[in-house]
Amino acid sequence: MWGFYFDQLMNSLPMFYKGMGMTVAVSALSLIGGTIIGVITGILRSNENTLMARILSIYVDVMRGTPFLVQLFIIFFILPEFGIQMEAFTAAVVSLTIYAGSYICEIVSASIQAVPSGQEEACRSLGHTRSQAMILVVLPQALRMALPALVGQYVLLIKDSSIVSVIGLTDITRAGWLTVQRVPEGLMVFGLVGVMYFVVCYPLIQLSNVLEKRFSTGDLKL
Amino acid sequence: MLEYFNFRIIWEYMPLFMEGLYQTAWISLVGIIGSLVTGMIACACRISGIKLLVAPAVAFIEVIRSTPLLAQLYFLYFGLPSLGIQVDELTTGLVALSFNSGAYVAEILRAGIKGIPTGQVEAAMGQGFNVYQRFFYVILPQALANTLPPMLGQAIVLVKDSAVLSLISVMELTRAGQILNSERFMPAEAFLTVAALYLVVYYVLKGLMKFYQMRMTRFRSA
Repeated sequence: MWGFYFDQLMNSLPMFYKGMGMTVAVSALSLIGGTIIGVITGILRSNENTLMARILSIYVDVMRGTPFLVQLFIIFFILPEFGIQMEAFTAAVVSLTIYAGSYICEIVSASIQAVPSGQEEACRSLGHTRSQAMILVVLPQALRMALPALVGQYVLLIKDSSIVSVIGLTDITRAGWLTVQRVPEGLMVFGLVGVMYFVVCYPLIQLSNVLEKRFSTGDLKL
Repeated sequence: MLEYFNFRIIWEYMPLFMEGLYQTAWISLVGIIGSLVTGMIACACRISGIKLLVAPAVAFIEVIRSTPLLAQLYFLYFGLPSLGIQVDELTTGLVALSFNSGAYVAEILRAGIKGIPTGQVEAAMGQGFNVYQRFFYVILPQALANTLPPMLGQAIVLVKDSAVLSLISVMELTRAGQILNSERFMPAEAFLTVAALYLVVYYVLKGLMKFYQMRMTRFRSA
């Protein structure tokens, strides 16, 4: 029986490859968009006393306090009511971008605040403007500090992209879901789904660990 | 915006939303307890130094962390029946949530344990404590105290993640929104209400986190 199902599963491999392409495409686009949004909002949020920072903290709270699934439904089902028609792919990328942006905003603003204020002051005293100090001195250091967290965030983003399968995008998860309807061997089918995500995510997690190790001390041994 | 928004429908469906909120709270509570137990065991195995325990713990943590919750949920939902295990959707969901979150809890604990001075373990060894006593009596209590803020962060993540259970038709908050949307075709009323209710839960948990951090800093500085 297993052999028969295994052959069936091999037959649907092309769909899994397409699904993997879809997962990578959605994640990559959202990653780029989310990073752009996150860095810009992160800079604006790093100075805590401005009105802009307050508004942005509401944005971050709303995105962090509600499930991505609900956000996706809001964008996919509600926007058409206001006459904004979107394809599933666009809706997925837009919602994932806004969602990822809020997390990256947090990471970036925390790293900017972690850069010693003397750095900016020294730069200002050399006659640079505020924005020059930010771009030339503070941001390069902050982003280097933020790198492990950012890579970790990208892993989360790839995993969260599995949620977009519910609005009918055929990513890895939906490829599994479609296959399991024909091949009733859930362990085998979703084992394959797991392997595919693992192949994409595990190297990134290791990269994040390597980056993290540069900033930390050794383990405690029992 | 407001002329589109039908408050009467929300009022009419309030019992359903409240039922969903109650279920989400209950699922989250069970999930948090389950993930604490899973996480402690996985973490203890991982730092035990006994090869036979380390390898499975590492494998469990890494596989969970590099695959999406939705894929894990489907793996159990479609996979358990082919093992001849018949359980209802709610149990499947709770197991998936506990295992998923447990892997993250294990990592949080490990990070908390890193901060404990080695002298603590050496002192416990000097008292003649064995490995289990060293872990459960000396290390774990301190690690739990150190890691409460990230644990609460994980609890917030778990509450949000529980939304995914709606996809295997478990009754909870997101499902309540889906039911309203499918009965009345009012996505705005359905999902904005759901999002608002999740936000309430989020702010309560976040307030707890802030309160605890405030108390800890007072306590530490005193």
